[in-house]
Amino acid sequence: MPLPADILPAAAVSARRGGNRGDRLYHAALQLLGGAVLAVAGLVLLELADVAAPAARRLGLGFLWRNDWDPVSGAFGALPFVYGTLVTSAVAIALALPVSVGLALFLSEMGPRRLRPVVSFAIEVLAAIPSVVYGLWGLFVLVPVLRDWVQPALARALGFLPLFQGPPIGLGYLAAGVILAVMILPTVTSVTIEVLRTVPASLREASLALGATRWEAIRMAVLPFGRAGIVGAALLGLGRALGETMAVTMVIGNSPEIHASLFAPGYSLPAVIANEFAEATGEVHLGALAALGLVLFGITVLLNGAARLLVAAVARGSARSAR
Amino acid sequence: MDAPANKISVQGLKAWFGKNEVIHGASLDIPDRSVLAIIGPSGCGKSTFLRCLNRMHELTPGAGSSGKMLLDDRDLYAASVDPVELRRRVGMVFQRPNPFPTMSIARNVSAGLRLNRVPGDHAEVVERCLRQAALWDEVKDRLDAPATGLSGGQQQRLCIARALAVEPEVLLMDEPASALDPIATAKVEDLIHELKQRYTIVIVTHNMQQAARVSDRTAFFYLGELVESGPTEKIFTNPSEQRTEDYVTGKFG
Amino acid sequence: MSALRRRNAVNAFWTAACGAAVLLALLPLASLLWLVISRGVGGLSLDFFTHLPAPVGEAGGGVGNAIAGTLYMVGLASLVALPAGVGAGVYLAERGDGRFGSAVRFTTEVLAGVPSIVVGIVAYGLLVVPMKRFSALAGAVALAILMVPPLARSTEEFVRLVPGTLREASLALGVPAWKTGLRVVLRTALPGILTAALLAVARAAGETAPLLFTALNNQYWNARPDQPTASLTVQIFNYAVSPYSDWHDKAWSAALVLLLLVGLLNLAARLLARGRGGRTA
Ligand SMILES: Nc1ncnc2c1ncn2[C@@H]1O[C@H](COP(=O)(O)OP(=O)(O)O)[C@@H](O)[C@H]1O
Ligand SMILES: [Mg+2]
Repeated sequence: MPLPADILPAAAVSARRGGNRGDRLYHAALQLLGGAVLAVAGLVLLELADVAAPAARRLGLGFLWRNDWDPVSGAFGALPFVYGTLVTSAVAIALALPVSVGLALFLSEMGPRRLRPVVSFAIEVLAAIPSVVYGLWGLFVLVPVLRDWVQPALARALGFLPLFQGPPIGLGYLAAGVILAVMILPTVTSVTIEVLRTVPASLREASLALGATRWEAIRMAVLPFGRAGIVGAALLGLGRALGETMAVTMVIGNSPEIHASLFAPGYSLPAVIANEFAEATGEVHLGALAALGLVLFGITVLLNGAARLLVAAVARGSARSAR
Repeated sequence: MDAPANKISVQGLKAWFGKNEVIHGASLDIPDRSVLAIIGPSGCGKSTFLRCLNRMHELTPGAGSSGKMLLDDRDLYAASVDPVELRRRVGMVFQRPNPFPTMSIARNVSAGLRLNRVPGDHAEVVERCLRQAALWDEVKDRLDAPATGLSGGQQQRLCIARALAVEPEVLLMDEPASALDPIATAKVEDLIHELKQRYTIVIVTHNMQQAARVSDRTAFFYLGELVESGPTEKIFTNPSEQRTEDYVTGKFG
Repeated sequence: MSALRRRNAVNAFWTAACGAAVLLALLPLASLLWLVISRGVGGLSLDFFTHLPAPVGEAGGGVGNAIAGTLYMVGLASLVALPAGVGAGVYLAERGDGRFGSAVRFTTEVLAGVPSIVVGIVAYGLLVVPMKRFSALAGAVALAILMVPPLARSTEEFVRLVPGTLREASLALGVPAWKTGLRVVLRTALPGILTAALLAVARAAGETAPLLFTALNNQYWNARPDQPTASLTVQIFNYAVSPYSDWHDKAWSAALVLLLLVGLLNLAARLLARGRGGRTA
């Protein structure tokens, strides 16, 4: 096969693709806007690194593993925040994932058709509520409920575990985890629904045709097929939970310590930035907070990337089995 | 007026998508105010040929062409030719009707004029073109209704009216009736008979009866090669090439 | 036979479990909405919308400056972010198939996942440090950076939904590509894009974290872009974490105002999405 583009002189080819002047301008403008996105991303990284630089020079990467945070005396160990972020996010995903999968199954497979739009509207409302309003509700409703009812009950039933020991004060890891669970519910649910939609109808029908009950079809065909995608949904939820600021700041207790008990007050990466950044005591303090931001940025980028890959893998799998 | 005898003249046209050449050198002439039918099995390059004539082909990323194409003896691909201007002179009707869904019937017809900032309210043009497209009587009472409410056949005639409104000299039609029922098809074919009084028409079809009914000349493409072109009657009754004969008699394709 | 009965019972159990998940999800929503309304409505009055905050212990006062500040900063941000986001989305849909386009698309995804507090730090470094003061401008820049990525993504989606045949129809009429892009393709995708834009505005209005150390707060009215500025969300936060119970009441009322604002924007977005899906221009 000849390769005409290679045979023709370049000038002839380009002359044949010449366009209208307005169009060339338009395309250049669009290209510029696309480039602007890259520029903004570059700017984000540069600015973060720039603000973080003084701390990075003074403290080194090791500050992430040190367990002391006292800006006034110049101690900047970030471990309590890393720990608090991980623990609250883990609680959130542990609570939200089963509920989200249940919701997704209800909305796409099991629920009465007439109820589905109502429920999915409610989930959209849940997604639209600003984080500070969740914080307000958490502070004045969730925290007292946890303190007066849930934590005493948990301590009675599971108090032998270190997780559920200590005085029930409401504010703390548990409260932050629960409120995060509520907040990431819409994300995890909608991505799970997206994943379930990619399950080929033929798989489901095949099991139903074999006489399987609806649940058996879901367990045998739907869930195994969508497993990677549901993990992806959980990772996306985790990404949101890690970076969530206001609601956590308002209920986590803001105490830079590490405790095994979920009842204890703690701190998280975004929360300490929110509380201390505006009144940071100096360049190093500010830089340390920005470095925490950089860490947060890195983690969320990795998580979102991994999650997108997993969800896409499921979609590809369904395209393959549809063939 | 002293129009050149050949409205369009194509010499040694090659066209490709990326590294895949899909037309391997085609030459043919199209007389003014005539209908040329292009026939051939699907995938043989008919649409691509058509889209080279109004320079739509080069809009596909990686697509290109070489060879000479003359409109009124002037090179279509000369550096001085603005493809946008050219497309106003060479109108196109597509396989599937594609009216603008956000516009009413009347505004669809005048879309080319309005988008090209031709002043005026265009009511007269709308009526003339809808009459030319044999649609006026069916829609004159609902010109402001959405175009998407029309039937498939009506939509296709609306698209023809829309193409006529910018006053092209050549009309390219890519299987304009393939998505239509027989009655709508007959209307479009009648329309082509009317339109050839004023326009040069190139119509792609893989329906050979249709080619025989509407065209003066016919070109047969096969695997990217222009096998044969000539008066329709000759192509269908006494072709020079064996492959043409096999195709028009239904031996393959 | 009893095996079948058992299987049906298992099926019923899991169906009920899904129903329970629904109830579990709706419970916090119902509780939250009920409390914001019941505890917030008492404090609403004309003064609440128009007056400056009153000092602790003093009756009356409002969040007028905070409402104005939110609208001001969201407005400023929208001025840049809406065209930029839509433009980037159009770029991705129309010219974004190459390697550069993929890079832009990937970057958009990454930026969409960046926590808003991190964007606050960026705006701080970008504007607060050189200007040596907190400002509405810094707040607006943070909000704008947050608005662009989701808007670009939805715009790309909606533009790609426009059938290629419409673009071809327009180009074949001798309409230049730029006019085809703006007046046919974008016009056809417009209801969807406007919906996405309204949702982006609603989201920005509900942001707190990126304003904490960019716009900070202000006890007074402010219309200058280079001055600290109050916002509804930061005001709610400050009221909520204060030790005073009359401020807590104000937090609930302000939260009700915020929910109304965000709710109205969402409602408008929904109506637009439903009502205008491809009717006459
Ligand atoms: N957009 C495209 N990209 C790459 N190849 C294409 C494209 N459109 C058509 N082709 C190829 O070009 C050849 C000719 O196509 P076409 O002109 O559409 O044929 P016809 O109209 O006769 O059916 C076919 O082999 C087809 O696969
Ligand atoms: Mg074709």
